[in-house]
Amino acid sequence: MHDTSAHAVQHGAPTSFIRKHVFSLDHKVIGKQYYALALVAAVVGMFLSWLMRIHLGWGSWAIPGLHLLSKGGAPGDVMTPEYYLQLMTMHGTIMVFFVLTTAPFAAFGNFFLPIQTGAEDMPFPHFNMMSFWVTFTAFLVMAASFIVPDGPTLGGWTQYAPLSAIGPAVGPGQGWGVVLWAASIAIFCVGQLFGSLNFITTTLDMRCKGMSLMRLPLSAWAWFITSVMGLTAFAVLMPACILLILDHVAGTSFFIPGGLVVSDHLVPHSGGSTLLWQHLFWFFGHPEVYIAIVPGMGIVSHVLVTNMRRPMLSHRVLIYSMGALAVLSYMVYGHHMFVSGMNPVSSLAFSFPTLVITIPSTIVVLIWLGSLYGSKLRINSASLFSLGFISMFISGGISGFFLAQPSLDIMLHATYFVVGHFHLVMAVAAMFGIYAGTYFWFPKMTGRMMNDTLGKVHFWLSFVGAYAIFMPFHYLGIAGNVRRYQAFTDDYLIPLIPVHKFITVAAILTGFAQLIFIYNLIHSRFWGEKAPNDNPWEGTSLEWSTATPPPHNNFGATMPVVYHDPYQYSVEGASADFIMQTSPEKLNNPLEEK
Amino acid sequence: MAKFFAVTIVIIAIASAVPIVMHMWPMPQDISTHGHLIDEQFADTMIEAGVSFLASQFLLAYFIWRFSSSKPGDKIKRFPGGALGLVVAAFLLVGTEVLALGVFGAKAWANVYLTPPAADAVLVQAQAGQFAFYFRYPGPDGKLGPIHPDMVSEANANFFGIDQTHDQDSKDDIVTAELAVPVNREVHMIMHSKDVGHSFYVPELRIQQDFVPGLDVSVHFTATKIGRYEIVCTQLCGLGHYNMKAYLEVKSPEDYDAWIKQQAALQ
Repeated sequence: MHDTSAHAVQHGAPTSFIRKHVFSLDHKVIGKQYYALALVAAVVGMFLSWLMRIHLGWGSWAIPGLHLLSKGGAPGDVMTPEYYLQLMTMHGTIMVFFVLTTAPFAAFGNFFLPIQTGAEDMPFPHFNMMSFWVTFTAFLVMAASFIVPDGPTLGGWTQYAPLSAIGPAVGPGQGWGVVLWAASIAIFCVGQLFGSLNFITTTLDMRCKGMSLMRLPLSAWAWFITSVMGLTAFAVLMPACILLILDHVAGTSFFIPGGLVVSDHLVPHSGGSTLLWQHLFWFFGHPEVYIAIVPGMGIVSHVLVTNMRRPMLSHRVLIYSMGALAVLSYMVYGHHMFVSGMNPVSSLAFSFPTLVITIPSTIVVLIWLGSLYGSKLRINSASLFSLGFISMFISGGISGFFLAQPSLDIMLHATYFVVGHFHLVMAVAAMFGIYAGTYFWFPKMTGRMMNDTLGKVHFWLSFVGAYAIFMPFHYLGIAGNVRRYQAFTDDYLIPLIPVHKFITVAAILTGFAQLIFIYNLIHSRFWGEKAPNDNPWEGTSLEWSTATPPPHNNFGATMPVVYHDPYQYSVEGASADFIMQTSPEKLNNPLEEK
Repeated sequence: MAKFFAVTIVIIAIASAVPIVMHMWPMPQDISTHGHLIDEQFADTMIEAGVSFLASQFLLAYFIWRFSSSKPGDKIKRFPGGALGLVVAAFLLVGTEVLALGVFGAKAWANVYLTPPAADAVLVQAQAGQFAFYFRYPGPDGKLGPIHPDMVSEANANFFGIDQTHDQDSKDDIVTAELAVPVNREVHMIMHSKDVGHSFYVPELRIQQDFVPGLDVSVHFTATKIGRYEIVCTQLCGLGHYNMKAYLEVKSPEDYDAWIKQQAALQ
C-alpha cells in the first residue's frame, strides 16, 4: 500500500491532440483505445463467422461481393474449401486474441484498475502506451495476411505443427500466412507482457491509503489474477511463435520431424517434434481460456453486487476461487491432447486436475447464487447481461465434465461438442461480461448513459440467440459431427445438415442483434442522455467517487483515502443504502465475512 | 421483466435437455467390444451433468424471480449455511462426482490404451497423408517391411515408400485403400503419418486417435458387427480435410480371408 503523499504525478496532462488521443500515456485513454480495437476486431470476427455459417448451411450460395475479399478464395463469390478454413482460422484468432483478451482485460482493466486501486495512473505509462500500440501493430500484421498471395493461414487458431511449420507445400496460406500469423501473435504477446507488468505493479504498489488488498473490488482482483496468468502464459507462447517463424525462415526444425513427404517430395527437415508445439501452445492456451473469462467473472461480480445491493456472500472465497482457477489452469492443459499421441498415462494425469477445476468453478457459481438469495436485485441492461453470464457459464462449464474425461474425449474430441463448450463458457460468457461492463461503466467512461431499452432488446436477442446457436453444437458433437469441415459429405453427417441450417439462421439473427449494441454505443457516446451524477448506479467503489469522466490524474486535487471493504450495501444502521469506500462513516456489517 | 427472464431461463434449460432425453441426434451405434464402457460412462456423465445443469439453471431462475421485486424497506437475507456451507457442498458434491467420474472413466480409457494388443491380433498399418488413408497388411510372413520416405511416390502407387525389391519383409506386404477387418477379432493398428497431423475417427468403433508425424502410434480394437463404416479425419490437415475419408469394412472371417487373398493377388 502506498502513502498517497508519496505519489508524484508522473506525467502532466497532455495538451496536443496527438498526445491526448493517439500516443496517450493516460491509462483511461489507453483503455478506450483497447476497447475500440476490440470493437473493430469483434465486428470483423463476427462478419467472418457469418460467412462461415452461410457456407456451412448453404455451401453453393454465392455471397455477393465475396470475391472482393479474395479473388482466389471466392471465385464467382463462392467460397473455396481452403478459403473457408482461412476465414475460420482468422475468426478464431481475432476473437480469442483481439476481442476476448483485449476487451475484458486490457480495455476495462486499463481504464478502471488504477481508479479502483486509487492510483493516479499505472506505474509505467510509457510501457502502457506501448502495450496498446504494440497490440495494434499485431492486429495490422494479422490483417495483412488477408492481402498477401495465398491469403491467411488455414491451420486453425491452434496452428498445429507440422501443418503450420512445413511451408506453402502443405496448403495455401501456409507460407506467408503462417509467418504473419506467428509474427502477429508474438507481437501481441509483447503487448500483453507490458500490460501485465503494469497491472501487477499497479495492484501491488499503487494502492491509495487504506486500500488493503482485500478492500479491492472483485473486478480489480480479477484483473490482477489475470495479469499474473498473462505474464506467465504469453511468455511461453511468444518463444513458441518465434520458433515457428524460424522453422519457416531459418531452416530450423523445431516442430518438423524427419521423414515427412509432401507431394512426393521429402521435406528437408529432421529432428523436430510435432507434440512440442502442442505442449507449448496449450501451456499458453488453457490459461488463455481463464485470461478470457476471469476478468468477466470479476466484472460480472462487481456489476451484480451493485445491482443486488449487498456484498457477495464471501468476498474472500470468490477471490480464492479465481486464484485457484488460475493456478489449476496450468495443470490441466493436457486435456486438449488426450488423443494426440501423448503417453496415455499422461492423459489420466491431466484428467484429474481438469475434473478438480470444476470445484472452484462450482464455488464461484454457488457464491453468485447464494448472494442472489435474499438480495434486492435491480434489473437493467448491465445486471441482465451479468445474470446471463452466469447462465452461460453454467451451461458451458458443465459440458466440461465430459471433455475432462479421456474416455469420453475419444468420442467428442474435435467435434462440435467441443466447439459448443468453449463458445458458451469462454466466448459468449466473456462477451456477456464485456456487455455488462459496457452498460455499467459507460456513464463513467463518457459522461453519458446508454439507452437501457435498446440494451434490454440487445440482451433478449443475444441471450436466446446464443443458446439457439450453441446448444445444438453439443447435439451435433454427440452425433459425431467433426469440426473444421467446410462441407458435410460423409453419409453419417448428411442428416445433420438441417441442424446446421438452423444454427446459421440463428447466428445471423443474433449477429444483427449485436448491431443494436453498436448503434446504442455510438449514438449514446455523442447524443446519449447525460449521466445524472457521478454515481448513477449508487456504487461504492472508487470509480464512483470521482468526477465523470474522471480527470487526468483520476481524482483531482486530493487522492482518495479508503475506509471500507468495497461493497458496503444495505448495512444495517448505516446512514444510506450504500456506503462509499471513501466514506469515513463507521460501520458494522454482519453480512460480510471478514 | 425479471420474472419473464426467470421463465425464459427455465424454458431454455428444459428445451436444451429435450433433444438429449429424446435421443434426437444420438451417438452412432457401437460396434466395438470396448464401446459399451465409453457409452455407459457417457450416460452416467450425462445424468450427473444434466442434473447439475437443470438444478443450477432452475435455482438461478428461481432466485431472479423471487428476489427482483424487493421493496425499499426489505432487509437483505443471508443464504442458510453461508459461504462455508456452499464451499463444503461444492467440495462434497462436485468432489465426489468428479472423483467417481475420474475413477470409472479411467477404466474405459485403460481398456483402450493401457492394455497390450492380443498376440494373435490382426496387424495392420494405417497411413494418413493429404488427403487419403492407406492401409498395409503384413502378408503371410506377419512382418511389415521398413518405410523409405524417399521412395514414397503417389505416381508409382508406392504410397508407403516400401522397397519390395530389396526388403524381404516388404515383399508380401499388401497395400489397400480400405481397412478390412475380420469381425470379432482383435486388430492391432500401427498409425503412421506421411506428412502432417491427421486423425483416425470411426464413431461406431468408438476410436479416435491422431496420426503424429514422426511418431508411430498404436491402437487396438475389436469390431463386433459386420458392415461398412466411414473413417474420417478429425485433425485439421489442409484444404481437403473435410473430404479425407476411407471405409472400414468389417467382414466375416471367410469374407476377410477371401478379400485378403484377392488383395494380395492385386499387388
